Amino acid sequence: MNAVAGTLTPYAAALGITVAEEAGESGAPVLAIAFGSQIEGRPGVLHGGAIGGLLETAGYAAVVHALGNGAEERRLKPINVTVQFLSSGKPKVTYATGRIVRLGRRVANVAVEAWQDDRERPIATAVMNVMLSAR
Amino acid sequence: MNRPKPQSHFDPARIAPALLAMGHVGWLGVQYQAHGEDWAQLSLPWRADLIGEQEHQVLASGPIVSLCDMAGGLSIWTRLGIYIPVATLDLRLDYQRPAKPQHAVTARAHCYKVTRSAAFVSGVAHDGEADDPVAHFTGCFMKIGRTQG
Repeated sequence: MNAVAGTLTPYAAALGITVAEEAGESGAPVLAIAFGSQIEGRPGVLHGGAIGGLLETAGYAAVVHALGNGAEERRLKPINVTVQFLSSGKPKVTYATGRIVRLGRRVANVAVEAWQDDRERPIATAVMNVMLSAR
Repeated sequence: MNRPKPQSHFDPARIAPALLAMGHVGWLGVQYQAHGEDWAQLSLPWRADLIGEQEHQVLASGPIVSLCDMAGGLSIWTRLGIYIPVATLDLRLDYQRPAKPQHAVTARAHCYKVTRSAAFVSGVAHDGEADDPVAHFTGCFMKIGRTQG
């Protein structure tokens, strides 16, 4: 298990989310999930909730990455998440990565994108506000 | 797949077991609880592998997003009285507080408006007391294919 995989939630691991790249273009990890019945909505289509789960997981991974060594002293709590679904997810591998828009002392604002074949054509995006509280 | 057919009368209580048995919501273990004219309520039992942090034993936010999404869809079909394919355009959750450890989370979605092509829902997710929610949510869905009023 690599360093990023060790920070994923039990839920993320159970769903089948894996680490495709420890540090993608933005520096944040790129996560991936293979298609399977556990993330299927309408037949042959990714479930929106599962995409939301992947996006959130990638968002948290980006925050943990940005905090670096300070991550262990913080507990990340969700404030809110808004998911935009842009096109239906096909039965293939889906990737997601987050970008820290602002890392404050108490709140991180994160933009996340999920895509399949083409990094430039996201199938869903999310904006998250994450509370960074002391442990 | 024995999905309900379009145009058939939609009874959430009757259709939910089949609808919730498959795919992502089947894997999560989402269960039907109740419905009214324009609302539907689903619950997600606590499960050890759906938690967000090992030390807190609380359901992760991901499964709650899925639960709210599914409750939203079900509230639309309940209001319309038929099953039609819908796609979620956007979904927003405002988390009010963490769920209690080892507690099920219940989502009640209200479909407050349907247009020719879109449907709007709002609701709350809670872990026992509906007036002390874990999250508030709002969603916008598009009808897929043939549009109808």
